[in-house]
Amino acid sequence: MRSFRLWVAANNAYFLGVGLCALMFAVYFGAPPVGPLLLALMDGLNAMFPSDIESFVYSPASFTPNVLNTVAVKAVLLALVAMAQTLPVLTRGLDLSVGMMFIMTNCIASVLVIGGPVDVTMGVFIVLFAGAAAGFLNGLIVVFGRLQPIIVTLATGAIYYGIALGIRPIPGGSVDPVLADFITGLLWGKVPTVLVLLLCVVLFIWIPFRRSVIGRGCYATGSAEGAAYLSGVDINSSKLAAYALSGVLCAIAGLVQTFYTYNGEASGPSAGTYTLNSIAAVVIGGTSLFGGFGSAIGSIFGAFSLRTIVDLLFVFNMEALWQQLFNGIILLLAVCLGATRVFRIRNRLELFT
Amino acid sequence: MADGAAPFWRMKGVSKRYGGVRALDRVDFECAPGRIHAILGENGAGKSTLIKIIAGVVQRDEGQLELMGQPVGFASPAEATKAGIVCVFQELSLMPDLTVADNICITDPPRRFGLIDYRAQSRRAEELLRRVGCTDVHPMQLVKDMPLSRRQMVEIAKALGRRPKMLILDEATSALTAADVAKVYETLRALRAEGLSILYISHRMHEIAELADDCSVFRNGRHIESFAKGSKTDDQVVELMIGREYKHVFPPKPAAAARPCMLKIDGLNWSDRLHDISLTIDRGEIVGLGGLDGQGQRELLLALFGVMRGVNGTISVNDKPQRIASPRHAKSANVGMALIPEDRKTEGLMLPMSVRDNISMAAISKLSKGLIVDRAAENARIAEMVQKLGIKVGNIDDPVATLSGGNQQKVVIGKWLMTDARIVLLNDPTRGIDVGTKQELYQLLRALADAGTAILFYTTDYDELVGCCDRVAIMYDGRILRELKGTEINEHNIVASSLNLPVELNLQQGGAAA
Repeated sequence: MRSFRLWVAANNAYFLGVGLCALMFAVYFGAPPVGPLLLALMDGLNAMFPSDIESFVYSPASFTPNVLNTVAVKAVLLALVAMAQTLPVLTRGLDLSVGMMFIMTNCIASVLVIGGPVDVTMGVFIVLFAGAAAGFLNGLIVVFGRLQPIIVTLATGAIYYGIALGIRPIPGGSVDPVLADFITGLLWGKVPTVLVLLLCVVLFIWIPFRRSVIGRGCYATGSAEGAAYLSGVDINSSKLAAYALSGVLCAIAGLVQTFYTYNGEASGPSAGTYTLNSIAAVVIGGTSLFGGFGSAIGSIFGAFSLRTIVDLLFVFNMEALWQQLFNGIILLLAVCLGATRVFRIRNRLELFT
Repeated sequence: MADGAAPFWRMKGVSKRYGGVRALDRVDFECAPGRIHAILGENGAGKSTLIKIIAGVVQRDEGQLELMGQPVGFASPAEATKAGIVCVFQELSLMPDLTVADNICITDPPRRFGLIDYRAQSRRAEELLRRVGCTDVHPMQLVKDMPLSRRQMVEIAKALGRRPKMLILDEATSALTAADVAKVYETLRALRAEGLSILYISHRMHEIAELADDCSVFRNGRHIESFAKGSKTDDQVVELMIGREYKHVFPPKPAAAARPCMLKIDGLNWSDRLHDISLTIDRGEIVGLGGLDGQGQRELLLALFGVMRGVNGTISVNDKPQRIASPRHAKSANVGMALIPEDRKTEGLMLPMSVRDNISMAAISKLSKGLIVDRAAENARIAEMVQKLGIKVGNIDDPVATLSGGNQQKVVIGKWLMTDARIVLLNDPTRGIDVGTKQELYQLLRALADAGTAILFYTTDYDELVGCCDRVAIMYDGRILRELKGTEINEHNIVASSLNLPVELNLQQGGAAA
């Protein structure tokens, strides 16, 4: 019983993200599924995310699995980038290049993931490797240059975006359609494959990392770097691993984006939006920007909450123009909820720690 | 070394410089297995540098290190740990956001299929905690939710978990309660019997008397002398440490006299930590606050200083009731209070800022005309403080972080003396401070009291309560259990009251330690 209470205490920061996400989905599915509303929803989606996939998604009669699938792809993209952001944040850093790594790997994938099965497989691995290399470079500069992560990743982010533009000056390219349709399609006609993919990422990348010595080294480093050093934690390897893995997660997101749009586009606004939204998702997901506390799983719920806001606007028949405003309000509210502990503090000195 | 045992660890001609300061000067030092070796010296004597070199935290400039006859050199604490040298540092090496079990098994956890096995880790942590006699800590607790004394126990358990051949304890018991200290001693003796070489650094003489086999004295970066415990008297040891004759540590107390009341606390309550506290402090009186660690003493000082929210009860200054809402209000002219905080590094000083800025920080409004700081007045007051407190500082525009611990503490005190406070609250100000500075501090306190200041002095050192205070209030579980005055103030009564045992107040009991 005491173990359970302590577990709750150690994990209570995630409950906000999970709760917010559940609330959003409750409103989303609880709202009356009126035909015109959904038409508007689909029109809006088509207008916002033009892609080859529209005709396949367009099915306004009710909440079909296909509608859900489109929503899921968008949510999973942000979730992956938010997971990528979580790792540097846990080491008390910040990665402003996640959006750019995402866009860069999208552009690389639109060149390489095409052809025979061998080419496609090679292509996927090269894209993942490119992401890892970009993240590793971030890590190298942060660790051995002893520079501020924010400024390092601001610079490298510009470089990665430059590479993306070099590969795709204008949107284009293509991707293996079979693999693309599989990843962005439905399993058993019901479950969006991307959700299963995300689950696999959690089960086979995040959880093993969290439970490895090096993963815990990231938490230790973020919590108190000096204490971690005195304890003999390998700080450098931990940080390098965090940044490199962050790159890999961005590359997975880049691949999904390529499969979804069938092309590569070096979109600067998109890169910036993903970077900033990833930070928002990390915060809503309960990860401390001061490092050492939080989880990539929380960030997934944070990302889902943020994504649902967009879709809720359509459900309530509002214009997409309001999205930014609502994103901002939700983020502020989330941060405020996380700060309610301040009211319980009786010793003002604890306000500053 | 007194006996002929082979040295486990030997260093020859080791020197270390920080900038222009020589922290260690051609030190020869050795210690044997199966013995507890105490390292003595004032702050700045080179003890910390010595153990940092042994533990691989800093690198020597010159000289040789030998472990069991083999030359060694450690580039990092991890390498030293691998060689069996484990250090319990004064600045705790715990990660606050991690659980106790995570912290104890941080670098080498039990694993299954390459991943951390949390169950096995929890069991191992539990077993190690039991070994140091700390059974009230759950392995899944977060370190940041635990009080300092529990953290120190976890730190010791963590060190044991690394299976050391040589264990270094740097002020590792400074925040522990007497019961914990006894358990730690037991553990250390057991380890000694197993053949470990133990280096023990402490400022508490009675700990060394109880524990050590050998002693080494350091002064100004030099190794002065090593000798077997008991071959010198306390006074002789202290003389070696400070290099001058050691007279009475405490200044004489004045005779009790009726004086007007300065601070009157009546029925003070806060949260569930302070209950019905009533206490008066007269002008020119030093009132000691004692008891076991963590009985609400710190909270009481913070509540008086306006740091706590939701404090009930009345606080009167000079017979005028005051509602002290913030530290800013507490230091204002109509209250005139100053608090010397417990942790000088986080609550007392802004370490990267200059000595000048730190000293004038609290009194800056008094030194300003309108919005502009009067530099001439500031310089004059700072010079006065530096001289009065004997702060050893090259240039007052140097960062305060460059000073030694004792001098930093003097800066904190100087900062508050500048406000011309009428009431001074002290929160364990001598923790981790060398004997010489302590002595200066006692004299300063008495001088302040003689000038009419009312002083509330919380300390974990019983000797200070006995030697320094006109009256002593013992706290237990958030209440003032007992007030001792005059000849009632002796070590026996203080210890008994702290443990909530009955005391025959009018009988002279036990020997007063002076």
